[in-house]
Amino acid sequence: MNDPSLSHDERSLHWLRRAVKFPYFWLLLFFLTPFLIILKISLAEPVVAQPPFTPMLEWGAEGFEGLRITLSNYAFLFQDGYYGIIYLSSLKMAAIGTLMCLLLGYPMAYFIARQPPDRRHLLLLAVILPFWISFLLRVYAWIGLLNNRGIINEFLLWTGVIDAPLQMLYNDFAVYLGIVYSYLPFMVLPLYANLERLNLDLLDAAADLGARRWQAFTDVTLPLSVPGIIGGCLLVFIPAVGEFTIPALLGGADTLMIGRVLWDEFFVNRDWPVASAVSVVLLLLLIAPIMWFQRLQTREQEAGA
Amino acid sequence: MKVRSPGLVSIVAFGYALLYIPIVSVVIYSFNDSRLVTLWGGFSLRWYASLLEDEKLLEAALLSLRIAFLSATFATALGAIVALALHRLVRLRGRLLLSGMVTAPLVMPEIITGLSLLFLFISMANLIGWPMNRGATTITIAHITFSMAYVVVVVRSRLSAMDESLEEAAMDLGGRPLAVFFDVTVPMLLPALVSGWLLSFTLSLDDLVISSFVSGPGATTLPMYIFAKVRLGVTPDINAITTIIIAMVALAVATASIVSNRRRPVEAQ
Repeated sequence: MNDPSLSHDERSLHWLRRAVKFPYFWLLLFFLTPFLIILKISLAEPVVAQPPFTPMLEWGAEGFEGLRITLSNYAFLFQDGYYGIIYLSSLKMAAIGTLMCLLLGYPMAYFIARQPPDRRHLLLLAVILPFWISFLLRVYAWIGLLNNRGIINEFLLWTGVIDAPLQMLYNDFAVYLGIVYSYLPFMVLPLYANLERLNLDLLDAAADLGARRWQAFTDVTLPLSVPGIIGGCLLVFIPAVGEFTIPALLGGADTLMIGRVLWDEFFVNRDWPVASAVSVVLLLLLIAPIMWFQRLQTREQEAGA
Repeated sequence: MKVRSPGLVSIVAFGYALLYIPIVSVVIYSFNDSRLVTLWGGFSLRWYASLLEDEKLLEAALLSLRIAFLSATFATALGAIVALALHRLVRLRGRLLLSGMVTAPLVMPEIITGLSLLFLFISMANLIGWPMNRGATTITIAHITFSMAYVVVVVRSRLSAMDESLEEAAMDLGGRPLAVFFDVTVPMLLPALVSGWLLSFTLSLDDLVISSFVSGPGATTLPMYIFAKVRLGVTPDINAITTIIIAMVALAVATASIVSNRRRPVEAQ
């Protein structure tokens, strides 16, 4: 009772300790268990039944008869070169999209961070604002712009820059554009948070010591903003790998991204075990970047506290 | 890099143009009389009128709003509890697991979340007979689960910036824990709770992938309905829907900024 911080804790936290059990249970049931189930189904064989896969534990007249698991779904993924190509292509497209996002997002974040505070907030708000408008509808908006008879093509034809419409929709270009456009706020925000905190004195010192502006940037600002760059890139890369909506609406028939293939595997082919194995492998591919991001987050939390 | 260098300014201008041109073009063409996207056939409200006659669309919109409202409310309550627990209960058992489970949805590919939740619902139906039918309930549960993660982030950052001495003072003056919580902590957390709720509401209203997986034959949400339509190309009535949503968002943002401006002097104390 003499220690004020302790008394505060002891008296007020008892109910919280009890209350947190509910969301805890919720997450165990609706977040963790589903992954165990996906893992389980990925080890089953497909059958024509409801549900369309074999049970893991066999029960007979004598009771428990044995464990039935198979790695054939994973073997299928690895032997069938198709999936390997799709995984690689998803990683490649997400990486290029992320890089393009960085090339655009970095100058924006840098510019915003160097503005007077009032304007800074306004410019930042303008970056976040589109995020509140439906993602699906914003991706859809590009169809009207990129179409062969879309606004951009009509404009270019009218000005005489081109004679025939450019094929800009239903190909990889449109997917990259969609990724840059949709995820730009996720790149700008962590970069801005980082650049805004940068000690301007260091830049002044660099300038005093005779560094050219560009040199001060590459030698001082850029290295110091690496955590922001990593954070922003991971925030774009991770969801982009499994992206479904952008390739489904803007991509062509030959745009291979795993999110779309997984969707078809499930909704069109109805092969649950293979769809599960595809998800497990995708998760394994993403585990390294996700862990990296988690570590970064924890460090941020601790620095903020 | 010089802040006013023309190169930098033009890249920034390009970035903003990229963000806003699609939105502006949709708004303009939603008032276009012509069915063709590029031809301007004169000003018209016919696509807005056609929305009102589209019963399936109205049904989908109502369902989405209902789900978004419910899931945002639950997610905010649960997320706030988790954030408080992670912030204050340092020796909570399973703290690491809790914090992992609550941040993972932020980076989980939607398609995996959707697929795995569907498998859960099917297994549960086989095991305990619930949920017999998938639809609004299962979608709401899925939305609560991923929205919670965002609420936790928002509330946690507010908690770590918050001055806890007020609560301690209230405690020392003999306030009961729950009374102190509702009279002191909740009002202080209110801005974070409001933005967490709004974020959850938007995410729920926006979700296509997870809803598509966990929904049943009877329930079509607005994004599911829109996706089915736009997969075939541009349809002018979707432009009208987009414009309405933009107007609603603009209104909400304006309201929020007025409210937060009024709150600011209080916070400064």
